[in-house]
Amino acid sequence: MTAYNFETSTPNTWCPGCGNFPLLNAVKAVLQEPGEGETPTPPENLVLVAGIGCHGKIVDYLNINSFYSIHGRVLPVATGIKLANPDLEVIGFAGDGDAYGEGLEHLIYAAKRNIDITVIIHNNRVYSLTTGQFSPTSPLGFPGRSTPAGSPEPPLNPLELLLASGATFLARGFSSQPEQMKQIIREAINHRGFALVDILQVCVTFFNLHQYYAERVYTVEDHDPADYFQALNKIREWDYGASPSGTSPGGASPGKANPGGEEKERIPLGILYKKEAPTFVRRLSPAGGGNREEAKRESGTAAKERQALIEKILAGSK
Amino acid sequence: MMKETPAIAGLDNLSVLVGGKAGAGIDRSGTILGKLLNRLGYRTFIYRDYPSIIRGGHTFSIIRAAKDRIVAHRDEVDIILALDRETFVHHQHRLKKEGICLCDAREKTALPDPRAFGIPLSEILREEKAPAVMTNTCMIGAFAKATGIDFPPLEKILRQELRKEPELNIKVAKRGYDAVNEVLTIQPLPREVLPLITGNEAIALGLVRGGLDAYLSYPMTPTTPILHYLAGVSREFGLDVLHLENEISVILTALGYAYAGKKAAVGTSGGGFCLMTEGLSLAGMAELPILVVLGQRTGPSTGLPTYSAQSDLLFALHAGQDEFPRFLVAPGDAEEAYYWSALGLRISWEFQIPALILSDKNLGESFFNFDRKLVEDPEAPDLLPAGENNKPGAGAGQDLPYRRYKLTGTGVSPLAFPPLAGGVIKVNSYEHDEAGITTEDPRQTTVMQEKRLRKAEYLARALEAVKTVNTYEGEDHGAHAHQTALLCWGSNKGPCFEVGRRLGLKVIQPVVLNPFPTRQFQQALAGVEKLITVENNATAQLGRLIRNYGFQANGKILKTDGRAFSIEELEKKVKEAMA
Repeated sequence: MTAYNFETSTPNTWCPGCGNFPLLNAVKAVLQEPGEGETPTPPENLVLVAGIGCHGKIVDYLNINSFYSIHGRVLPVATGIKLANPDLEVIGFAGDGDAYGEGLEHLIYAAKRNIDITVIIHNNRVYSLTTGQFSPTSPLGFPGRSTPAGSPEPPLNPLELLLASGATFLARGFSSQPEQMKQIIREAINHRGFALVDILQVCVTFFNLHQYYAERVYTVEDHDPADYFQALNKIREWDYGASPSGTSPGGASPGKANPGGEEKERIPLGILYKKEAPTFVRRLSPAGGGNREEAKRESGTAAKERQALIEKILAGSK
Repeated sequence: MMKETPAIAGLDNLSVLVGGKAGAGIDRSGTILGKLLNRLGYRTFIYRDYPSIIRGGHTFSIIRAAKDRIVAHRDEVDIILALDRETFVHHQHRLKKEGICLCDAREKTALPDPRAFGIPLSEILREEKAPAVMTNTCMIGAFAKATGIDFPPLEKILRQELRKEPELNIKVAKRGYDAVNEVLTIQPLPREVLPLITGNEAIALGLVRGGLDAYLSYPMTPTTPILHYLAGVSREFGLDVLHLENEISVILTALGYAYAGKKAAVGTSGGGFCLMTEGLSLAGMAELPILVVLGQRTGPSTGLPTYSAQSDLLFALHAGQDEFPRFLVAPGDAEEAYYWSALGLRISWEFQIPALILSDKNLGESFFNFDRKLVEDPEAPDLLPAGENNKPGAGAGQDLPYRRYKLTGTGVSPLAFPPLAGGVIKVNSYEHDEAGITTEDPRQTTVMQEKRLRKAEYLARALEAVKTVNTYEGEDHGAHAHQTALLCWGSNKGPCFEVGRRLGLKVIQPVVLNPFPTRQFQQALAGVEKLITVENNATAQLGRLIRNYGFQANGKILKTDGRAFSIEELEKKVKEAMA
């Protein structure tokens, strides 16, 4: 049997050096090579969902079932697919503008419901496809094209928000550390429940933070991701550049050396939170049968039974 | 869709108004009274008027019962059941000279009208230690006795309708029953009793009949009852019924269901539909089936949340960016709501387009008789040309590689769902090639837009075989009568058909509004010289729509106050328009 071909012939239009390339390769590797002792998910059971932004092109580059959705609407589509057929492995891709901005409400609800899907955020902390405006995770003072005097808003810490919202798997990766990305994405997919991976993805054109991150990231050790408060502390260790006097590249050009000579903040990478909890699909299908099984019956039989049931209801409405 | 045009009411009919404060169980009383009369063999219709308030405020229902089929209310009533003084004050002008009003004995002194009769309602409740909310049960008991209806059938209905404290309710009803004398006799009609359901229930059951797998919604009057109803029967029918975070999520989640091969419908009103338009356009582009129930209410914006309108016709026709085919139908009663919800879901899936059921508060929340015999089989019409192997699921049998947007003669591509062994299913909100990969190629863009629009042509052809325009010929009231026709759509079917009958006018009701049934509409207009459009909006939206197809209404009767046309009101306006 020949290996499944994950490639499409679509020409890649990401900028040379874009952090999306290593991210794409990591995803491909995870889908291609199952982890030790794992059975690979048959490719036809995989469904990718993307929003709009540079990230979204990933579905054109992968020869896998996909739903190229609209801006901000990765989560509801992914939720619908998973509920309609829980046997499918649903992986969402979204940008920071997409998931943390336009579609933030859906993200919170996906976490709250603990829907069993994986979401990978291409968090480049800037709007790139629309040519360089500040995003929900841009540092305070970021000089984007819509905020030439600097972004007037501090960034969200999306992981803190999602922890509070009920997400059961939260991790952070960095596009320049492909091996760790692979490991995190693999674990996120294997997690039963809502898993979000925030990838610090470098945008070489509008906000090149490669060097900035490289100097600050570290992989969490001696961290118990099952402990909510440990997780919260780890997640709050870095604030995405919310404090004006901090050492994040807000206001200053991202390429400049760290101003003020203060001690550099540290950016933890790895699995920050992980907890087992009933998933949305489980909660909707209480033990002992119920909706889902019945809905899956042969449609022919169901149609006949339904008709009989409708007649019964009508007869009782006199 | 109707096998025969049903006979509309003769003069032989009864109207009962029950009113009181919101929260006093007025709605429930209306249902009980309606069922009581319905079970006597009368054809029944209930019009409900309530404010967007949970407690206080004036609420009323008008229950109309007649020998012949009726689907509209009259202003004039025979009996008022006044659960508070305000009810009589508000509605005394409606009460016939020889009519009666039943009220609490306490209120009687304040109501010197000789038509008002006091019943010791509060005294009975006090003696029975019953809560004030049971006043309506006591009143219904009194109504039954006053109209010569036996107690046992009432008791049976009370047991079915009142789940809380049935024994005490029945006791209180019996005390009310025994407290009055019979003043008139409603004779039972020995004939088949028909179901009495709301338009919303008819839509819900129609969707289920059409093979619905999931119903998603965010509560919004007047379609909230569909959500409640389907949630209540979800287990029996094996449905997923979800109340999600907002209407954007509702439609996008539904499209996720559709991608995975499950039939989903959503319900909302104008404000929620505003949020859904991006999802609607996505459905058009990605060719994902979706059914939207759009229940119109008075607007713009929040407007009058619990009142009706027909002002979203043009919005429903044009919602969403750019152009894509859509099916739009406006049922006028419960049978049409059922049939077109089932067929609408089928159309949506066979053509992979959005289908919209345009309802309104008057259709959704009024009670109608449902005559099974009038409803044809929604599975009967053949939609796609024979030999076109493109019914839902047909894509699974196609040659690989599977192409989600394969070009075909009808524009309809064979549909498959994941998992598809050896095949990849890609849907896309961007313009795309046959495989679903993004493209900006000018030729490809043109080809794909033509492909999508081709589906509309074939849908229009398919609908030629279905009755999409209803006409009522009326009785011959003289040579000129049929030269004048009333044009109506949606819930105005009821009042227009009845007034048309009374005045001997032709009535034309296009049920399908997009693709517009030009040929059937042309046929319906044969011999008509004056066409008067009757609509609940400010600018005659249907009148404007038909102009696009070369037709012209030369009179209009418009109403924008949120209330349904009563027979008297419409008749008066029609006479004025004809003069």
